[in-house]
Amino acid sequence: MLDPVSYAIWLAVLLAEVVSLVCMIRGKALAEHFTLVLYLCCCFAADVGARSIIKSSGYESDTYRYFFFYSKSLLIICLYFVLMNLYSHVFSEMGAGKYIRAGAAMILGGTAGISYYMVAASSDRLVTHFAVELGQNLYFVGVILTYLLWFAMAKLRENRTRVVQLVLSMGVYVSLSAGSYAVNNLYPDHNGFWKYYFPITSMWLPVSWAYTFLKVPAGTRLATAKVLAPNA
Amino acid sequence: MMPFMIFAISLLTLLQFFVSYTRSLIAESREHQLSDQTREICGFTAKTARGDQFPRLLQLIELCPENSGDGFKVRAFALYFSLLSLAYSVFRWLMVPAAAIWIDAERGSCAYAAAVALDRRIAYNRTIMAQQASH
Repeated sequence: MLDPVSYAIWLAVLLAEVVSLVCMIRGKALAEHFTLVLYLCCCFAADVGARSIIKSSGYESDTYRYFFFYSKSLLIICLYFVLMNLYSHVFSEMGAGKYIRAGAAMILGGTAGISYYMVAASSDRLVTHFAVELGQNLYFVGVILTYLLWFAMAKLRENRTRVVQLVLSMGVYVSLSAGSYAVNNLYPDHNGFWKYYFPITSMWLPVSWAYTFLKVPAGTRLATAKVLAPNA
Repeated sequence: MMPFMIFAISLLTLLQFFVSYTRSLIAESREHQLSDQTREICGFTAKTARGDQFPRLLQLIELCPENSGDGFKVRAFALYFSLLSLAYSVFRWLMVPAAAIWIDAERGSCAYAAAVALDRRIAYNRTIMAQQASH
């Protein structure tokens, strides 16, 4: 069973996801940012699934541990779709849609291939930290892709505030997650800490997206120089 | 080796993304003109603010009821300000005046953004009070 603190965090995460979804729908961003909605729905489904597994098998069970890390891995794949959506927004004026789709297919194929290779090569140590390693590597690919996107945005002087904030909040999340998974990989024994830490950090994206869609009107522009240059 | 490398790179990118994200939130506030009353409360004389005014502004913001979801923004400013204060102490200790000047200016931007949040909260609460008085 979940302790009261974990239960409160679980409820807060669900609430943040629902509020974020409502803000996106109210901000008329459903068609423009469909992958964000898809990601939030997947997060919601994973959280509800985790709760039912904890209820049936318990928090300390291997079933829950596997569900947690593998559902996270699938959510990172969903996050790649979100990233591709942001790439297509940034490069929309250059007509680079087909290249982005090809790139996305290549990244997905590559990730799937590498993951399959890792699973095949590590079948004897699945009980150990393989799931954490996989998550760490997938998030790290996310860090690189987000950094490349932010670099391209700075070069192209992208100034749509919503896009800028969505990319930066994504960068914060993937960096935080990749770093946390790396530390968890190095120090796996502090279960008490990680069981609160991961759900709390998973609130970042829904909360920051809710803020962006609630507070930043669709047409707002922001000079990239003000974000990049010191005291511009 | 690999987890150490991933941790180090992620920490650097996290810092960069977080700083840029908070700066994008602060940049939104720069265009806002503070009301005379908020200027008086904050003790501002020009459009600039001093970093040391930030803690007092944060206290004033906490006294004022929240304006639909700006708590997230204020918490981001507070975290950024704490990071800047830490960096400010480190650079002063290392005697790098150029970095310390830049950080102090950034802390001033944080204070101005906090004053804007306070100004908006005051305006929001005035509207609510006016609505209640009219009923």
